[in-house]
Amino acid sequence: MNTIPEKNFLNATRGWKSWLFTLDHKRIGVLYLFSIMAAFLVGGVFAILIRLELLGPGRNLMEADTYNQVFTLHGAIMIFLFIIPSIPAALGNFLLPQMIGAKDVAFPRLNLASWWVYILGSIFAVISIAMGSVDTGWTFYTPYATETQTSVISMTLGVFILGFSSIFTGLNFIVTIHKMRLPGQTWFRMPLFVWGLYATAIIQVLATPVLGITMVLLILERVAGIGIFDPAMGGDPVLYQHFFWFYSHPAVYIMILPGMGIISELISTFSKKRIFGYTAIAYSSLAIAFISFLVWGHHMFVSGQSQLAATIFSFLTFLVGIPSGIKIFNWLATMYKGRITFETPMLYALSFLFLFTIGGLTGIFLGALAVDIHLHDTYFVVAHFHYVMVGGTVMAFLGGIHYWWPKIWGRMYSEFWAKIAAAFVFVGFNMTFFTQFILGSQGMPRRYYTYMDQYQPLHAFSSVGSWVMAVGFIIMGVYLFHSIKRGRPAGNNPWGALTLEWETTSPPPTENFVETPKFSHGPYDYDKNVPERTI
Amino acid sequence: MDGHEHSAHPAHLAHHFSEPAQQAESAKMGMWLFLLTEVLLFGGLFVAYTVFPAWNPDMFFNAHKHLNVYLGTLNTFVLISSSVTMALAIRSIQLDRRDVSIRYLVVTLLLAAAFLVVKYFEYSHKIHLGQLPGKFYTFTGIEGTNPHVFFSVYFAMTGLHGVHVLAGMSVIGWVLMRTRRGELSSEYYTPMEMTGLYWHLVDMIWIFLFPLLYLIG
Repeated sequence: MNTIPEKNFLNATRGWKSWLFTLDHKRIGVLYLFSIMAAFLVGGVFAILIRLELLGPGRNLMEADTYNQVFTLHGAIMIFLFIIPSIPAALGNFLLPQMIGAKDVAFPRLNLASWWVYILGSIFAVISIAMGSVDTGWTFYTPYATETQTSVISMTLGVFILGFSSIFTGLNFIVTIHKMRLPGQTWFRMPLFVWGLYATAIIQVLATPVLGITMVLLILERVAGIGIFDPAMGGDPVLYQHFFWFYSHPAVYIMILPGMGIISELISTFSKKRIFGYTAIAYSSLAIAFISFLVWGHHMFVSGQSQLAATIFSFLTFLVGIPSGIKIFNWLATMYKGRITFETPMLYALSFLFLFTIGGLTGIFLGALAVDIHLHDTYFVVAHFHYVMVGGTVMAFLGGIHYWWPKIWGRMYSEFWAKIAAAFVFVGFNMTFFTQFILGSQGMPRRYYTYMDQYQPLHAFSSVGSWVMAVGFIIMGVYLFHSIKRGRPAGNNPWGALTLEWETTSPPPTENFVETPKFSHGPYDYDKNVPERTI
Repeated sequence: MDGHEHSAHPAHLAHHFSEPAQQAESAKMGMWLFLLTEVLLFGGLFVAYTVFPAWNPDMFFNAHKHLNVYLGTLNTFVLISSSVTMALAIRSIQLDRRDVSIRYLVVTLLLAAAFLVVKYFEYSHKIHLGQLPGKFYTFTGIEGTNPHVFFSVYFAMTGLHGVHVLAGMSVIGWVLMRTRRGELSSEYYTPMEMTGLYWHLVDMIWIFLFPLLYLIG
């Protein structure tokens, strides 16, 4: 029978101050976890409102102006408050030092600052909502963003501030990975999740400052009328789009790369087999990070860039398919002849493989110039990026949450309810978004408040799907929170995995390891050594 | 927990590092990464600078003549000198000459303040003439299309740089305090070294801004 260690990071010190001002990376990870879950809830409510409005053409629930605000807030909150910090700042923070056998990240105070800056940025976002919200779409395109009467300044200021939180996390992780690994853990003996975080951190550090200056210029445009994005004053709105996507396309990989790292862990653990093509997976993360900086123009095929530029961007976009494909095939090869078991984290990993492949392939369609002219700004695009963001990142995040939940709290959730919730989320997701591929290919434009009657059945089906997904998430919330106090103790290594974090207690002590760990085996040496499962 | 006594290592070594060298190297790497983000932050403005002169080269040439090249040159010298004194302050603390180091830090602060004073006179002259960014531009003496764009770019770039000078001054002030309290020595001077790196970057950015804005040929 497993027990919870008497002294662990959760009860080492007490009182709210010991949490809000903690320097322990695990507690900061937990703070982030609750913060992003709150953001996910708010963004999810906006999503449900969007789908309710779109049940039928015309007005169902809200006015057209309100609708514009609701879809803007859904996008802005989900992107900037939830999905960008989700895996790195919550799970990455909790796990990175443990996976490399360190006591903490390199800069614990910067780590805490990152969370506080996140909260500050969120406050500005909330102020914006309270002061009349934003109706520009999450992309804040000029010139509309400089003209609308809604509260653009505080939202963009919030995004600017949130950028710093992301930079702090990324910078901290790069230095931590370079300088804090335990002796013996060379670069190519690191868990692939660490590789994923490393590639992510590079993008966070290199791309986010450009978003920062873009937001500053947008604010100056509104406050001081500098006019550099305003065609009426000799400025260039396309320059805004270049700036914005120079960040926001790499940001897509900030979202997906750590998710891919999680999938590498899950597939290997639940196939009890050495990961296939370790080096290729590691390098493909770096390759994706590198290519991510060269493809931003594929968001602007119809914005008036030159044909030559569009052709080059299209070609470079296809290149992303290569490292992504390398990963998918290596994961499949890992599973081949493995001893696969289907616990909840593995179910999410399999969902990821299925859904991300669809998301990735439709991304290739959209990267083709002629096809994009037809599908640009339709629901096909909406479906594509939801397959990548939700089908990819969120599935990986949920897989990771279920995988490391017993490490964080020391207790197991109900496997039975977890599987039911996973089924609801998977079915609901496909109902909601596969429908939108069809809608988009038939010509339904995105962001529209109303539509022609012929689209009604599919829109309604999609809305019903969003309810199915919501049921899945509600069930998940209930059993996860229930398990924090009531779950049965999980033991050190409930899945029989080989990465270092499973060698310490669940929950770990504040210093992560009671004895300074020694590097004795690689993260995927299942051919040499399969640890006992403690549950 | 791993058996070492807390008194066994120096006070400035944080508990999660195993030795001072690891800590110093981490700080240095972190600082260089931070400087990289600063370069990219200004990178956006440099791109804007590339676009607009390419569209209206004549206007940019005409408008730049309204900047005071003498004050710009003076400020360039002031800022380069402050980088020298900053470097000398670090060298002094490495040799444990704390008083000398403090004096150099004070001079660095004074030079930084002098830079801002000169900038203040330049700005107020332009505000007086109405050579302002975008919609606030009221000056009429510049030939070419959209001369206000030049001043949008000028104020955005020098303004953001000025904010960095202010930030640098506060960090230098903080290091000055720590040096006076005797917290820095040849054993441990990482904060001053990091501040120096930052200050040199602020200087470097100005060295790019000066020719781009004042010396268009």
